[in-house]
Amino acid sequence: MSFQPFTALTSKTLVLREENIDTDQIIPARFLTTTDREGLGDAAFHDWRYGPDGVLDEGHVLNRTDMATHRVLVAGDNFGCGSSREHAPWALLAFGLRAVISTSIADIFRSNSLKNGLLPVVVDEETHALLLSEPGREVTVDLEENRLRFGNHAVPFETEAFARRCLLDGKDPLGVLLDALPEIEDFEERAA
Amino acid sequence: MRTLFDKVWARNLVRAEAEDMPAILHIGLHLVHEVTSPQAFSVLRERGLNVRRPDLTLATIDHSVPTLPAGPDGRLPYVTPQAERQVETLRANCREHGIELLDLGDERRGIVHLIGPELGRTQPGMTVVCGDSHTSTHGAFGALAFGIGTTEVGHVLATQCLFQRRPKTMRVLFEGALQPGVTAKDMALAVIAKLGMEGGTGHVLEYQGEAVRGLSMEGRMTLCNLSIEAGARAGMVAPDETTFDYLRGRPGAPADFEAAMAEWRALRSDEDAAFDAEVVIDAAAISPMVTFGVSPDEAASIAGAVPEPANDSQAAGLTYMGVRAGEPVAGLKVARVFVGSCTNGRIEDLRAAAAVLRGRRVAEDVTALVVPGSEAVKRQAEAEGLHEVFLAAGAQWREPGCSMCIAMNGDKGAPGEVVVSTSNRNFRGRQGEGVRTVLASPATAAASAVEGRIADPRPYLKGAAA
Ligand code: SF4
Repeated sequence: MSFQPFTALTSKTLVLREENIDTDQIIPARFLTTTDREGLGDAAFHDWRYGPDGVLDEGHVLNRTDMATHRVLVAGDNFGCGSSREHAPWALLAFGLRAVISTSIADIFRSNSLKNGLLPVVVDEETHALLLSEPGREVTVDLEENRLRFGNHAVPFETEAFARRCLLDGKDPLGVLLDALPEIEDFEERAA
Repeated sequence: MRTLFDKVWARNLVRAEAEDMPAILHIGLHLVHEVTSPQAFSVLRERGLNVRRPDLTLATIDHSVPTLPAGPDGRLPYVTPQAERQVETLRANCREHGIELLDLGDERRGIVHLIGPELGRTQPGMTVVCGDSHTSTHGAFGALAFGIGTTEVGHVLATQCLFQRRPKTMRVLFEGALQPGVTAKDMALAVIAKLGMEGGTGHVLEYQGEAVRGLSMEGRMTLCNLSIEAGARAGMVAPDETTFDYLRGRPGAPADFEAAMAEWRALRSDEDAAFDAEVVIDAAAISPMVTFGVSPDEAASIAGAVPEPANDSQAAGLTYMGVRAGEPVAGLKVARVFVGSCTNGRIEDLRAAAAVLRGRRVAEDVTALVVPGSEAVKRQAEAEGLHEVFLAAGAQWREPGCSMCIAMNGDKGAPGEVVVSTSNRNFRGRQGEGVRTVLASPATAAASAVEGRIADPRPYLKGAAA
């Protein structure tokens, strides 16, 4: 199952300052012919990490960073815009990330991320600037308390209540929707 | 006091939202294609679930199919075996679950956002979803239509419902009428340039005003299609006689059309309805628009200059595009032109491109691809002789599909090439690694094909029916 619970995570940050990082950058379309969810880690940011000749760009921050210790991405404004491909959070998770921090995160990407245990965290510009200025900083993303902590900062963030509950409890939203089937059937009868 | 959105939301609400739980929204039409569905069907299989309402589900094949015809061996030139397998997977899933599939060879097949309207399945007041962000297209009919991820595709397959938080509303009011040679695409690029790529985040846009009322359904679909590029959840236009005239007689239209129309007429925002946000755009001031950067909001009048970048990201985008601030937006040398996609692959778009290309030639070093959005569009264009115009001009006339909009099927540009495209995204690499995409209307794309550089279509439209 794709659903990974999330409570709190302490990790270093990986910083990508670019704004408007769209889902075509996160995973280029030519990797979308897969019929699986797994195995997309190498496709993550593929065209940033590899040259046109297919050779790994060793110098790129995404190739230099130890993903086991850098599981929180701090990205420029408006992260995840563009296509609705859920392959984007799948690829980021497989690449090793568990949370994304920005000043704004696109709607569909945010919704897709929450359903897969990749936590989207929207912060104010000041906090964002601090985090951008110091890559590799240790942060704690605490979903229990809806707080992002680093140094002596404790910045609140918002997570949609139901998605948060599901993440904390490892509860699958589809199960809750299936429980509502009698109500759905009533609606359909009324509407018919 | 209610907006169009409020009315459509209320009609489809199974359960209102609470603090700890989103609303449950019923889905009237679920469109499915090969790319974003396989993993959703896998989840169904893993959990032993069925597709609850195959009758409200419609599938097509569009993203990964070749637009070149089958070879002498009868096989289609798929870009990879995996692409073909993905198509096979959709076939198997549809068979297993009794979902109607508009397969290759079906005369109703087309890009997922063309077939709903063409078949009369997209109707005012309904909810339409698809694992595809440009589902916003269907809002042109006064439907609430938005893109979802694959997990949600699974939710809809299993329950015909979605958890949804109620979005905010934004009125986008176009004041005045459009100038000749200015199209819905230019209106949309003007909206995106004004709002910015995230200006619409969390909102459903409702397009209003004389210039919107004056658009055909094709134009309204183009306008709503691009709502997502301003970050919006959806775009909507209230249904009117233009909508009803388009739907009347289509196979999926309601049997009692008069009764349906009477109901649909109420689907408009009340005079005193309050929106969460509002923008006003002077329609008469819009000229043909093109993008100059690497996001759809970096668009300007074709008569203007490339603006100073606001930050490092934008500056990097200009470098990628090979343009400099202060240079004219028009004039950049063009290698390829693509007319097609769910944004501008409808009959009216092909007519607009043909109006420019009639009796002219595509510049020698330009490759031009015209890809109808659906089999129906292809048939109509051929009945009107438009394909002859394209072929005589030296453009290629292809089979329907997404093609170079997403460049998944092998149709793509080469690194460094400038492609003028009627599609919706000029992101880096969207049309092939290293490709520089310039978004434009079909008329602008055609004029650029003729001149071999980005060109204003207006001089070509004098005397021609635009
Ligand atoms: S034409 Fe482009 S935007 Fe439209 S559905 Fe196909 S790939 Fe998506």
